[in-house]
Amino acid sequence: MIAEFGHLALILAFMLSLFQMTVPMVGAAKGWHGWMDSARPAALAQLMLMLISFGALTVAFVTSDFSVKLVHDNSHTSKPLIYKISGVWGNHEGSLLLWVLILALFGAAAAVFGNNLPPTLRARVLAVQASVTAAFYGFIIFTSNPFWRMGNPPFDGRDLNPLLQDPGLAFHPPFLYLGYVGLSMAFSFAVAALIEGRVDAAWARWVRPWTLAAWVFLTIGIALGSWWAYYELGWGGFWFWDPVENASFMPWLLAAALLHSAIVVEKREALKSWTILLAIMAFGFSLIGTFIVRSGLITSVHSFANDPERGIVILAILVFFVGGALTLYAVRAPVMTAKGVFAPVSREGALVLNNVLLAVSAFVVFVGTMWPLIAEMVWGRILSVGPPFFNQAFTPFMVVLALVLPLGSIMPWKRGSLGRSLRPLRGALVLTAAVMALVFAVSTGRSALAVIGAGLGAWLVFGAIAELVHRTGNSGLSRLTRLPRADWGKAVSHAGLGITFIAIALITAWQVEDIRVAQIDEPYPLGPYEIVLRSVDRVDGPNYISAMGTLEVTRDGRPVATLTPEKRVYTVQNMPTTEASIDYGFFRDVYLVLGDQQPDGGWAVRGYIRPFANWIWGGSILMALGGLISLTDRRYRVAAGAARDARARGAVPAE
Amino acid sequence: MRRAVLHALALALALALSPAAPVMAVQPDEVLEDAGLESRARALSQKLRCPVCAGENIDESNAPISRDLRIYVRERLVAGDSDTEVLDNVADRFGEYVLFEPRAEGINWLLWLSAPLMGMIAMIVAWRFLVGRAQARPEEDARLSEAERRRLDEIMRGN
Repeated sequence: MIAEFGHLALILAFMLSLFQMTVPMVGAAKGWHGWMDSARPAALAQLMLMLISFGALTVAFVTSDFSVKLVHDNSHTSKPLIYKISGVWGNHEGSLLLWVLILALFGAAAAVFGNNLPPTLRARVLAVQASVTAAFYGFIIFTSNPFWRMGNPPFDGRDLNPLLQDPGLAFHPPFLYLGYVGLSMAFSFAVAALIEGRVDAAWARWVRPWTLAAWVFLTIGIALGSWWAYYELGWGGFWFWDPVENASFMPWLLAAALLHSAIVVEKREALKSWTILLAIMAFGFSLIGTFIVRSGLITSVHSFANDPERGIVILAILVFFVGGALTLYAVRAPVMTAKGVFAPVSREGALVLNNVLLAVSAFVVFVGTMWPLIAEMVWGRILSVGPPFFNQAFTPFMVVLALVLPLGSIMPWKRGSLGRSLRPLRGALVLTAAVMALVFAVSTGRSALAVIGAGLGAWLVFGAIAELVHRTGNSGLSRLTRLPRADWGKAVSHAGLGITFIAIALITAWQVEDIRVAQIDEPYPLGPYEIVLRSVDRVDGPNYISAMGTLEVTRDGRPVATLTPEKRVYTVQNMPTTEASIDYGFFRDVYLVLGDQQPDGGWAVRGYIRPFANWIWGGSILMALGGLISLTDRRYRVAAGAARDARARGAVPAE
Repeated sequence: MRRAVLHALALALALALSPAAPVMAVQPDEVLEDAGLESRARALSQKLRCPVCAGENIDESNAPISRDLRIYVRERLVAGDSDTEVLDNVADRFGEYVLFEPRAEGINWLLWLSAPLMGMIAMIVAWRFLVGRAQARPEEDARLSEAERRRLDEIMRGN
């Protein structure tokens, strides 16, 4: 019964979205306020209905209602509660339901926070958003219905893929989806602006917080996914250039470009048509990402929830929306003329360079990801494009980006000079050189990667600090607290990027690896540590059997940690997994993986020391935090506050 | 006592694991004595794709065929093959699908050159835009449109 409620709510939401995509649009064209204003309650009602629908599916999972086919296929009574809940989106149908729930959430958010938008723009934004949502409602209802019942419900389910039974799954997809889908707002704003035929500073100011929020969520989602891969997949890699990772990375790069180009529109009324194009492409790449993940067209380690048939439908949705938006763009873009005048060496120029680097690097990832598909379809060659290609083709753009970033971000608007902008950065240059010398001294005889990578990262971090100091001018450091939050957000994000750069360079160059047969109670060295395998015991989990090794880690005789890596077998799907055990540290992780027992009675053990591992995700979190700080900047709060004040004052006229 | 427990455990695990027979990524018995050759072998196996898994290289993969390939790579290195010869040998057997680094030949040049080409084109377009902006005149007609004036009035009246 509850599943049917969910099903009904989903269908009603679909109907409502069809209403919302047409009536307000017509109202905006004709100037009928009643029709335009109907978008708001429709968007809110859609969110209510989707909450009911998603809630119904969650109840089915939690209560293990195996008469619902999706629950039977992806759950099991013995599964812990948290994975029953996260299992709702650990499959194709459920993840799509989450996707549309978030689409409805953003639609409702735009309806609530869009008070200060001109009524026609608001109506059009909500109508475009509803059309995207309608397409996905239709997709779910007609091809991927999560509420199908089974005629003869079995006693128990088939369980969730064990790799997905991890807290990582509980948080990684929702954040990623908030990011992907958040970009639909930028898309809706772009298409609405094209229909309106005007893009100005105010438009950029409205669209930027949505993009910023989407980018923050994407950053967190990608960082969580990378961390999950690091500890779960058992060999401690953090980025594999896998098609599905690339699918989330491309929109991230384009969203980052969009954030920066929207600043130019907002402050200088230039780059308008480029910003519109970026907004369309950023969401287009989100859809491409969904297509890649859901269709399984490109082989990926993530292929746990895909179906080529349904992939075609997503492709059709993609072609319709991106194609339609681009056509509209081709017709309307010439109307948008730039106003600002500026020299090539200026903040505007630097932001254009930023956009060139980010957009081209996104396309490099795109070409590399799609190349196997293209080569097979056009030339019949079955080939692979993997990390060696991406590392060589993508990295140069990031190196240039890091080199110019501190300079560009300190440069004045309109007209600047390299020499004058370098002056406040002298301290940062000296400190960067010191870091490079330190890294060189510590890593003599090894690759230049560590020195260059850490140098670039340090340059970003110190550059961000130098810029903050520079902004305080002569009035002393006390002014730091009074700087606009946008300045703080910018500095924190840029420093976070630097920290991630440092971490990636050092973990790649300095990692220590050891593969051996460990005998019980026989210590062996791993870098500066000494490891001893004490025992391997059988442990029974709720839905798995595990062989758990107990290893003691000491340094100079002092105990550091006791680690318990496991080899698990999930009994329902009879699938083995490895659970690495990690001693997290500020400067290094000790990472142990248990392998098979050897004929001589010893156990295969792989050990790693991964320097600065946590800095990768620490840097990412700082980037996201910077975005959040920037979101609370006064210019967004003032706009929201003004609307609130106006309502509070009611009929009393302003003085 | 401990030995007996371990024995029972090993048996239980062997039974439980038998259908999938997982082997861990690089095994201790595969590692070569010669550290130089071993590090070359590791580098090579990170460039070779496991033919049966989903997007893993043979260095990380648990599939039995990846173990065979890792051992084969090491045998060839010990026999004195160069890195390219080893990669070519494996690719001859399994097709270029196993090469994670696509060969720079034929149509693949397009792939390899795409990054610098796109970079250059984008730089040229951006530079022309910037020069255009530097030479443009500030827009003279910056007066408000009728709709903007009405909106401004609304804001000034406070609603």
